[in-house]
Amino acid sequence: MTVHVLSDTGTLTGRSLRHILRSPDTIITTAVTPVALMLLFVYVLGGAINTGSDESYINYMLPGILLITIASGIAYTAYRLFLDMQGGVFERFQSMPIPRPSVLWAHVLTSLVANLASIVIVTGVALIMGFRTGASVADWLAVVGILILFTLALTWIAVIAGLSVKTVDGASAFSYPLIFLPFISSAFVPTDSMPGPVAWFADNQPVTSIVNTLRALFAQQHVGNDIWIALAWCAGMLVAAYAVATAIYRKKTS
Amino acid sequence: MITKTREPAIRVQSITKSYKDLHVLRGVDFDVAAGSVFALLGSNGAGKTTLVRILSTLLKANTGTATVHGFDVSSAPVDVRKSISLTGQFAAVDEVLTGRENLVLVAKLRHLKNPGAIADDMLARFSLADAGNRRAATYSGGMRRRLDIAMSLVGNPPVVFLDEPTTGLDPQARIEVWQTVKQLAKDGTTILLTTQYLDEAEQLADRIAILHKGTIIQNGTLAELKQLLPSAKVEYVEKQPTLEDVFLALVGDASDTADEAAMSAGGESR
Repeated sequence: MTVHVLSDTGTLTGRSLRHILRSPDTIITTAVTPVALMLLFVYVLGGAINTGSDESYINYMLPGILLITIASGIAYTAYRLFLDMQGGVFERFQSMPIPRPSVLWAHVLTSLVANLASIVIVTGVALIMGFRTGASVADWLAVVGILILFTLALTWIAVIAGLSVKTVDGASAFSYPLIFLPFISSAFVPTDSMPGPVAWFADNQPVTSIVNTLRALFAQQHVGNDIWIALAWCAGMLVAAYAVATAIYRKKTS
Repeated sequence: MITKTREPAIRVQSITKSYKDLHVLRGVDFDVAAGSVFALLGSNGAGKTTLVRILSTLLKANTGTATVHGFDVSSAPVDVRKSISLTGQFAAVDEVLTGRENLVLVAKLRHLKNPGAIADDMLARFSLADAGNRRAATYSGGMRRRLDIAMSLVGNPPVVFLDEPTTGLDPQARIEVWQTVKQLAKDGTTILLTTQYLDEAEQLADRIAILHKGTIIQNGTLAELKQLLPSAKVEYVEKQPTLEDVFLALVGDASDTADEAAMSAGGESR
């Protein structure tokens, strides 16, 4: 049985990756909004924003854009899971000798692959627009590691949504607050330019510490405490969302 | 494939299931002999689907026990899942994948050797060979149902649940499903079938149980059930062709239309 967990997860992941290959628009549309925001902020608004650093504005805001990319990408994870639940496919899998976790993990791994693909596209556009970094291989590994952790955390939140929502609209609407979160953080403007309560919220929500960590890694600066706060947020969200999602899943399937 | 045990392939004892104040099943008992076709007859809301979901381990009963192929559904669900297949009311096919990919997927998940060969074999058996490389989304209702049943039969599970397999199908597709069921029964598969069509139960089943308001109110062979009513009177009635007879005569027999459906891309013929 345990042997089959891996092979069945692989088989089912292959299935949902094939879904993405057959509708690559899900990856493109995931990348379109962040790219549009990047153009808007760099070429329209950016000139008037004082970040208080010597970095070019695109270097400043790319970390936030990457988080927005992930937050909008996971909406498709909820959507794909919801569609499986709606059709009979999910029940077919449940009535077969497939280890139950494999069905969810296949969606989670697919989400990871799809989001990394979108991130590669967005980063590519950023490079064309003038994003530059002297980050070392170790820095890049740290960046990718944090992005993967963030994607996994948000993916499990998407799993909760995909298992619980009643309509297709609900499956994507839950991601709006997550997409909006970077705007009330240090992603686009320094938090000390915000009024007191807003600045307090911005300083104490997960996006700011993650953005600050990624920005420091790209700029080869000292990451300081932010990386530990960022990792704690990601790990905390991941564990909490995973616990809730698996509890809902168990309830649904017993 | 033929079960050697003399024990019933399915044994249901005092199963109850309630959702808050709604008592869907109020103590259901029946046995299904190995290798037989058992029809569960009932109107909408009688609890047929709930019972099938319990037997196929998708749902847990509140009280009572049920065994399938010798395994208890609540204490050995994994063994039950290895012995059964479920065809639900809605064709459980992956529309993005082709018919062949759907079959290969199931064969891989059942850890069978040569999933590709099994898929090709199934496509041929269910007259889907020409449509095998088309996405299931382009299939007509009848083709989709055939693919659905083909997927259920991959790996030859000894016990098959068919939950209203012909609901929403046109007359030819319905006859095709009936032929499949008869063939399966001939090969020794135990089949539990739910239906709201009386003629379907009459055509296919060795035994028929009537589920009404959450309990079995009658259980017997067709002959036994018929004896419940006063014996037949001889009356002379002019035999008019039914509309179904006319329809089938006009559009040709089932196998012709299967090919026709395989060739028409969107299934407009249905």
